[in-house]
Parts: sequence; C-alpha cells; structure tokens
Amino acid sequence: MTDSVQGELRRPRRRKRGVVSRVVGVFGELLITAGVLVLLFLGWQFTLNGVMLSNQQASDADQLIDGWQSGGDDASPAPTAPAADGATAAPAFAYGEPPAPTDDAAPGDAEEFAVVYVPRFGSDFKKTIAEGVDPRSVLNKGGAGHYTSTQMPGEVGNFAIAAHRDGWGSPFLKINELQLGDKVYVETQAGWYTYTFRGLEYVTPYGVGVIDPVPQVPNAAPTDRILTMTSCNPLYVASERIIAYSVLTDWTPRSAGAPAEISGLVGA
Amino acid sequence: MYATLWRLIPGPVWLRTLIVLVLLAAVLYLLAFFVFPWVDQMTAPAQEVTVDR
Repeated sequence: MTDSVQGELRRPRRRKRGVVSRVVGVFGELLITAGVLVLLFLGWQFTLNGVMLSNQQASDADQLIDGWQSGGDDASPAPTAPAADGATAAPAFAYGEPPAPTDDAAPGDAEEFAVVYVPRFGSDFKKTIAEGVDPRSVLNKGGAGHYTSTQMPGEVGNFAIAAHRDGWGSPFLKINELQLGDKVYVETQAGWYTYTFRGLEYVTPYGVGVIDPVPQVPNAAPTDRILTMTSCNPLYVASERIIAYSVLTDWTPRSAGAPAEISGLVGA
Repeated sequence: MYATLWRLIPGPVWLRTLIVLVLLAAVLYLLAFFVFPWVDQMTAPAQEVTVDR
C-alpha cells in the first residue's frame, strides 16, 4: 500500500521537471565533468606523463649507448688521433685533446646525439640530448635540447643545452642545487666529456648572451670549453631563466671506459 | 545526463556498477594515453626554458 502510494507520488514529480531545469542540470554536470578533466590532466602531467617520459628517456639513452658500444671497434682510431695535438697549450687532459666533431657526424633536427649524466640530480640521472630546442619535437620529450647555433661537446666555445624543470619529466628540476665542483658528464660516440660545475646565473628570457662562445662577452674569441645549461626560473612561473655554467676538465675516449662515477649507469 | 546514462545501462545494480567501472577505466585509459598527450602538445608554452631573442 505505502509502496504504491510513494511510487505514484514520485513519478509525477519527476515528469514535472521543466525543460529549463533539465538543461541547467545537464549544463551543470558538463561543467563538473570539465573541472574533473582539467584536474585529471594536471595530475597526469606531473605524475604519469613524467614517469612515461623518464622511462622513454632511459630506453632511448640505452639504445644510443648500445649503438656506440657495438660500433666502438670502427671508432677506435679516434682516441689515438689526438696525440698529435698533445703539444698545444690547451688544458692537459690525460687522453689528450678531444677529437673535433666531423661535419658528416652533425646530428639532424631533433635527433638524439648525446647522453648527459648529472650525479647531483640523482644517482640514476641519464637523459638524452637532441639537436635543437623546439619544445614540441625536443624538450617535451623529457630530455635536453642543444642550441643549434652553439658548439658541440668538447669543442672550444660553448656547448649550450636546455631542459624543463617543471613538467615533462622535469629533467633539470634540481639545477639550482648544483654545487661548485659537481660533475656533468656528456657522452657521445667518441667518449665521455667531464664538465665541472662553476656557477649559476639568472637572466631574463632574452638573455641570449649566456649561450655565446664566451658567455656574456659578445664576439670574444673563446679559449675555454664551456657547458651552459638553461632552464626556467622561478619554478612554475618562468619569468626568468636559470643558467648553470660548467667547464670541461677532463675527457675520456670510449676505449678507456666510462668515468668511475657513472660507470654503473653506462652499461645498464 | 548521468542519471539518464545510469538508466540506459541494463541489469541489476551490481552489474550496472561493474559496467560503469569498466567504462570509467576505458575512458581514463583513452585520456591518459591518447587525449592528454595530444592536448599537452597543443597547449605547450612556446618558450619556457630557453633564452631567445
């Protein structure tokens, strides 16, 4: 008895709901859905996407290294060639001058051509460096990008790279935690370039002087071999750029094996 | 809208709940691996970490 009465009471009420009320109801649900989607997207950017990009970076880096190691026999003349340059006044490295990059080895646009290791960023930090700093084709892949106009690893002048700090895997998240003397290793087909961190600088987004061959000294003739890393600052605001300078302090040909600090990462 | 969808799903409440969970999982999968990566590329800021003229 009571059930049927309640049923009759409920039905007419539902039917009475006007068109306006229903449209407003659907609109409200759509708005809630949109809000949930935006929150999901933000969560995805900083969790799942970061993890996926980091995994992809690790496998890309391993693939590059595998290719270099299997091709190591062909490249064996490279480490012996620098002996001729041994008498130059440049910094004395244990294995002589690093070989000059050849033009035909120049990487194509967005091609991954080097691997960067920064123990200060994490004991397993290993990211690729690709040619160019285009966000979509390079930087948003979670690795670093090489300013095309700047020099190559080990060259006299400035090897300048950029990477994200807030999202897309946040490779340079801890760039502000670098300390004097920290090592930054750049691996290419030829071997390992050991850069030693010297200092940070903060500039505006237009501070292109930081990627000059002699940073902040336009048109000067370079004698040092600089590594410049650029990223955004402050975190999530990006109204400035944070710049980290390092200087080449050593170079290890592939035949000599990886520097001790990163040897565990290279074969992995 | 969602009330209508709920009514369109057949079966008892436990089956409907199961179907809804499966549908939700499918939607989340499509979002995470197809929709969000596309949106990410579309909305990415032009220059954020580089110095530029």
